[in-house]
Amino acid sequence: MTAETGIGAAVKRKEDGRFLTGRGRYTDDINQPGQVHAFFLRSPHAHATINSIDVNAAKSAAGVRAVYTGTDVTAEDVGTLICGWNVVGKNGEGHLAPPHPVIASGKARYVGDPVAVVVADTLAQAKDAAELIDVDYGVLPASADLATTLDAGAAQIHDEVPGNMSYDWDLGDKAAVDAAFAGAAHVTKLEIVNNRLAPNAIEPRAAVGAHDPGTDQHTLYLASQNPHVTRLVLSAFHGLAPEHKLRVVAPDVGGGFGSKIFIYNEDVFLTWASAKVGRPIKWTAERSESFMTDAHGRDHVTTAELALDGDGNFLAMRVDTIANMGAYLSTFSTAVPTYLYGTLLAGQYKTPVIHVNVRAAFTNTVPVDAYRGAGRPEATFVVERLVEQAARETGVDPAELRRRNFIQPDEFPYQTPVALQYDSGNYEATMDKALGLADYAGFAARKAEAAGRGKRRGIGFSNYIEACGLAPSQVVGSLGAGVGQWESAQVRFNPTGNVLVFTGSHSHGQGHETTFAQIVSDKLGIPLENVEVVHGDTASVPFGMGTYGSRSLAVGGSAIVKACDKIVEKGRKIAAHIMEASVEDIEYDGGTFAVAGTDKSITTAEIAFAAYVPHNYPLDELEPGLDENAFYDPANFTYPAGCQICEVEIDPDTGVVEIAKFTAVDDFGNVVNPMIVEGQVHGGITQGIGQALHEGVVYDGSGQLITGSFMDYQMPRAGDLPSYDVDTTVTPCPHNPLGVKGCGEAGAIAAPAAVMNAVTDALGIDNMQMPATAEKVWRAANAG
Amino acid sequence: MYNFNYHRAGSLAEAESALAAAEDGALMAGGQTLLPTLKQRLASPSDVIDIGAIPELANIESAGGAVTVGAGTRHADVAGSAAVASAIPALAALAELIGDPQVRNMGTIGGSIANADPAADYPAAIVGLGATVNTNRRAIAGDDFFQGLFETALDEGEIITSMAFPVPEAAGYAKFPQPASRFAMVGVMVSRGAGGVRVAVTGAGPSVFRVGDMEAALAGNFSAGALDGISVSADGLNADIHGSAEYRAHLVGVMAKRAVQAAGG
Ligand SMILES: Cc1cc2nc3c(=O)[nH]c(=O)nc-3n(C[C@H](O)[C@H](O)[C@H](O)COP(=O)(O)OP(=O)(O)OC[C@H]3O[C@@H](n4cnc5c(N)ncnc54)[C@H](O)[C@@H]3O)c2cc1C
Repeated sequence: MTAETGIGAAVKRKEDGRFLTGRGRYTDDINQPGQVHAFFLRSPHAHATINSIDVNAAKSAAGVRAVYTGTDVTAEDVGTLICGWNVVGKNGEGHLAPPHPVIASGKARYVGDPVAVVVADTLAQAKDAAELIDVDYGVLPASADLATTLDAGAAQIHDEVPGNMSYDWDLGDKAAVDAAFAGAAHVTKLEIVNNRLAPNAIEPRAAVGAHDPGTDQHTLYLASQNPHVTRLVLSAFHGLAPEHKLRVVAPDVGGGFGSKIFIYNEDVFLTWASAKVGRPIKWTAERSESFMTDAHGRDHVTTAELALDGDGNFLAMRVDTIANMGAYLSTFSTAVPTYLYGTLLAGQYKTPVIHVNVRAAFTNTVPVDAYRGAGRPEATFVVERLVEQAARETGVDPAELRRRNFIQPDEFPYQTPVALQYDSGNYEATMDKALGLADYAGFAARKAEAAGRGKRRGIGFSNYIEACGLAPSQVVGSLGAGVGQWESAQVRFNPTGNVLVFTGSHSHGQGHETTFAQIVSDKLGIPLENVEVVHGDTASVPFGMGTYGSRSLAVGGSAIVKACDKIVEKGRKIAAHIMEASVEDIEYDGGTFAVAGTDKSITTAEIAFAAYVPHNYPLDELEPGLDENAFYDPANFTYPAGCQICEVEIDPDTGVVEIAKFTAVDDFGNVVNPMIVEGQVHGGITQGIGQALHEGVVYDGSGQLITGSFMDYQMPRAGDLPSYDVDTTVTPCPHNPLGVKGCGEAGAIAAPAAVMNAVTDALGIDNMQMPATAEKVWRAANAG
Repeated sequence: MYNFNYHRAGSLAEAESALAAAEDGALMAGGQTLLPTLKQRLASPSDVIDIGAIPELANIESAGGAVTVGAGTRHADVAGSAAVASAIPALAALAELIGDPQVRNMGTIGGSIANADPAADYPAAIVGLGATVNTNRRAIAGDDFFQGLFETALDEGEIITSMAFPVPEAAGYAKFPQPASRFAMVGVMVSRGAGGVRVAVTGAGPSVFRVGDMEAALAGNFSAGALDGISVSADGLNADIHGSAEYRAHLVGVMAKRAVQAAGG
């Protein structure tokens, strides 16, 4: 019954019907009786003292219910925004986390920092009133440039953070690395800028705060990737309401890519103000607000070196990075360039010693935090650019150099020199499959043919690894995380045999309503259409840590499996009673409980009915009902890995780079729905190509956001891209019940290095910073 | 957006009188430029007079060696017009390169040239094909119409009614899109006809301009090779995060050659 819809089947997505026909229900679609609107007045300056704010005229404008400034919304009222991950630096002390006020007070520190909020009956009235607010700014010199913000003389952004540095952290054996470099036959060195990205989910951030004075219940509808975590933070750190009096609902969410993990100013304000004002309050970001205020991604300046011996064996790697935090520390910002970056620098290779130093720096720009891949794209870019460049410098074929240094299949579990222990993989098999798909052998001929047309063709590899399935709670706890990273699931049969699955993972494009239903359908032998996946509402889902870090299937899916196992276990006892057999004789397979050696059997649906109508039921031993809860805390991270190969063709007359061919072979462990996985890979690759060729947030020297709209920030478009050749290899994850590793970020992690390796190959140059814009490429193509 | 009075004009005469009566009226054709401006509260007209549905403004006629396109003609209709495709395929090709399907289905040729965005495509056609711009008051030579950044020869209250494009013997348009907005970073219209050779460049400078050296070279030899060695100075050209003045100057040369090739030269 379930083979076509069970684990491994390319089932069409259950949720797409409503999305494609405009029947999705997003936060902005939610309207509450009596609802009013908030408009956030934002600093036009990157760095300025707020000398005074006159809100009198605004307060008496038509339709205005309240106007708040930073002096009205104090830390005593609402707390300050937190960073949930304390990174301990080389000095043994925690990072410097200056106060992050919900509404700026005293000083504004980036363009977009909210300085006042108007709450009015209509949005237009709120905007009209905001124009009447008179803010007296004292404009200060800004420090908007990451490369110089740690220099003496840079504008000081926080009194609490002299020198603009939040932490100076390192990992690895520096002395051993230095010694290895001293004895190396060859050293490859690159200066790398990992460009800054705007997340640009299709659905902008949005929230509706509401308060019921009768029950004293607060409700926050929020475009969020993790409603339970939001509730926890709003309750425990902002003190807005105890958890049992606060409900956070993340309905359909149109993409997140990380940007909707974090707790933002607006989330806190709306929860607080809706009770103050006594009305539900709505806010939906305009696209220009999204560009200005969504936490951006990446933004590193790095010097990286790889030491090799005379045979091309990697001896050591040395990496020095400055990571941009923006003006304040966002929720998970500090972990991204440390635990999700430094720990990944071994890549797929046996590099015996690695040292990485990371300084986290403040700038007068919007906060920077996790963005699809989060740290791992930055690490992969460093490793894979270095390896490719080393291959060119030493005259070894880049595939061959990688092959020489791969961790071998019989070496797992493999302890890297940067803390992680890889669980499984077969990197060579994955690369070989990619080489075949990409017709690597035929590249020379394609290059010659392109040259005949006046085009320059190049090829580049990216063999990435990522640590996903966040995360073993005790490991991340020891590293400074403020939360556990298990996941919860509840599988509840109804008496009529259909099933509700409550998951703490949140779906905002990933297709959980389908994949998770497939798991349950497979495990419990019930038709897919009889499974409903419920997520995103703290009032119905027991608990959850949300969706990020490619964790939903590996952790959330595993919790569902555990809950299904409990159902089966209970079902055996019920079946034994009904069929008058002993529990040991009950065999369960695909939804049927049978008595061994007989033709007696009973289905899960019948078991469910018996559990809710317990007339013939072992009430003395078992509770009625068929409803099981499970929490799953992973034993380790999962380690998806793969090989991407990009081929580009460059028009030297214009500098336009065309992606001529793109191949990706990934090892995601077992695959539940290959169609959804393929979609995730395509989307990720597209974002990775976007980073390499198109995207890049630009702030000018005074901290003004130049790429403030789609007129200047270039997203990749379908017309910029070829169809990708994607395939998988499978080494199951040994430590979760599904054997899955996670696929959501792989494309975005690997693609930038593959593209830039291809571009530099085509141009015959050592290095180029992303994005490889047409003008940069044209200049490089015509230099010398 | 601020509040304004909205009028839907059924005829040119109605539009004229509504505009005259308004304290600070703005014409709206496709709204693709005006509406974003209003939404960002960058303009606050007292009255918006919608001329997007006036039948007399939306005709395309091919007669007497010219194609006359009504000011209210949508980009998609220019792109899809059989009359335009057979007489001046380069004009249809240009329209097809504007924006995206939504923009092409709403935006109009009159709105585009009235707005005189330095990166708009149509100015290259008006100047590069030697068109005449007709208004409710007069006829303006295409060469005189664009007067600088967002500046035209239109007077207060003057409404563009149509544009007359003389049918060239050959014409071609090549566009290098600004990668984010897809407006023209450099767009070059080249034509050869009764009025000689024209090379008009949009996107590169504050306003559309002609390149005399290229026109002279092509007059003798209408082929891409004739442009070898002719360069455009970067002085005064636009520069932004997408391209320096020097790069734009270089692209003028590349796009001019491609335009000549598209014109069959
Ligand atoms: C996403 C996007 C992408 C775009 N890409 C391109 C592109 O690639 N290339 C390109 O060239 N353009 C592009 N545009 C601009 C588009 O072509 C607009 O349609 C055009 O610039 C304005 O035309 P409209 O009919 O929408 O004018 P409106 O927005 O209605 O009006 C624009 C201005 O012209 C005035 N006006 C309108 N009609 C008349 C008239 N008959 N007489 C006098 N004044 C008049 C109005 O008062 C207003 O000031 C793009 C626009 C968008 C939104």
